[in-house]
Amino acid sequence: MFKSLKITCDEATTICDKNQYGEASIIELIKLNLHFVKCRICARYTKQNMTLTKLYKGHASSCKEMKHCMSHDDKDALKKALQEGNKAFNEVGS
Amino acid sequence: MAEKKHTLDTSKWIDNYADYLFNYAISRVNNSDLAKDLVQETFFAGLKSAKNFQGKASERTWLVSILKRKIIDHYRKINSKKGQAEVRMNFYNDGENEGNWIEERVPQSWDNASEKKIETEELRTQIDICIDKLPEKYGMVFRMKTIQEFETEEICKELDISASNLWVMIHRARTQLRKCMEDNWFNN
Repeated sequence: MFKSLKITCDEATTICDKNQYGEASIIELIKLNLHFVKCRICARYTKQNMTLTKLYKGHASSCKEMKHCMSHDDKDALKKALQEGNKAFNEVGS
Repeated sequence: MAEKKHTLDTSKWIDNYADYLFNYAISRVNNSDLAKDLVQETFFAGLKSAKNFQGKASERTWLVSILKRKIIDHYRKINSKKGQAEVRMNFYNDGENEGNWIEERVPQSWDNASEKKIETEELRTQIDICIDKLPEKYGMVFRMKTIQEFETEEICKELDISASNLWVMIHRARTQLRKCMEDNWFNN
């Protein structure tokens, strides 16, 4: 029975990463915590992962506030290209 | 003459939707030139299929749905570059020790983690540099999930991938990022 709960470090850290988004299942968390009993490296990975998650979250909130807009020049170029395209398209269509 | 009805005021199109589409694209591909190309392609495709636009959705929704297809196409393109040398590092053994840490890639302890935690401009730049070093598709998925904070289901739908596929990519991205942050931020 316990054999099925045994996982590799690769699997453990995958679960740990999933858990950073709160999306690991109960059974996955049990497997992960059992893995920690014998693997200190993955326990360290997990601790550091939580630190990183905090950093990424801070980064995310500053990124989300940023709105990206196209420059006027880019828009003008796009308008021109589109008008040409429209013309060519209408010629073919008629 | 019937075509006349479908002639669109393209200059207005751009004024009304270019920024919205550009912002939508850049938050997914994080590359301004690529985002511009995708927006242009979207407008052209819109122009071509304007006849099919039935007015069921708003014009913007319709254009966004075209842009979504363009983003999937781009994702497929970068995903299918098989055989190309990926910069992906292996952190786990194959063979007998399959799935265990490769000795020289084992996470090192961060003695100074607490003092390095502080949010600074420098830190953000370092995070961006490390994300940019990821293989493009991992970077894209990581950004969508972690920076843009999309729901898993939404990303899977948008990129047409399975959830387990997504988690493997997130895992690979985060392992590689951890190493990059360790080398350049925590232990330098």
